Amino acid sequence: MLTIDQATYDGIVAHAKRDHPDEACGVVAGPEGSDRPERLVEMVNAAGSPTFYEFDSTDLLRLYREMDDRDEEPVVIYHSHTATEAYPSTTDIGLAMEPNAHYVLVSTREHGNNEGPVEFRSYRIIDGEVTEEEVSVVASLPAS
Amino acid sequence: MAIEVRIPTILRTYTGGEKAVSGEGANLSALIEDLEAHHSGIKDRLVENGELRRFVNVYINDEDVRFMGGLEAPLSDGDQVVVLPAVAGG
Repeated sequence: MLTIDQATYDGIVAHAKRDHPDEACGVVAGPEGSDRPERLVEMVNAAGSPTFYEFDSTDLLRLYREMDDRDEEPVVIYHSHTATEAYPSTTDIGLAMEPNAHYVLVSTREHGNNEGPVEFRSYRIIDGEVTEEEVSVVASLPAS
Repeated sequence: MAIEVRIPTILRTYTGGEKAVSGEGANLSALIEDLEAHHSGIKDRLVENGELRRFVNVYINDEDVRFMGGLEAPLSDGDQVVVLPAVAGG
């Protein structure tokens, strides 16, 4: 199960709506081994595309160095689908390289840049196997 | 000649869980051969058809090797190499 606080959830949804019709992407970092998504980091989609996303290679290095310095890991890796459902595509599955991460998919296909609900779903993707998990949105994460 | 190589989580199965290993080589290609000799199987995760895999990023002293000649990028003693899988999808 993914437990995420409301502010972080809202931040991911706002990012996805803002970047629609292109895919938005980013991570929520947290202390290594804690499974706590604490620090939302919006990333630029270097592909700038409605059907593909990729972190810029320089940004990627900077992000991982920063997480390393803070003893963090990517607890959540999120991106949006802008015309299809919030389910990992074949490409998503093939390129999922963080076995410890929750892969969050947001679909903005219904309301685009506008107000309105989005699909927000979470998955584990390990060795090409996709397992959907429950998402629990809480007011704030429990004290660690 | 020692070069520190930072290993991403997904490839630590090849390094016995180590986050960083030491290797040697005058260029990236030689370094990867040296890594393969000690951590069998890792080369295939980095190289495909004689080229660096499209969705693997390798940096030498913080510079993406794609701008330094790819597998031919030269290395010197004390360089730091970072391997990071791309974060990408469709």
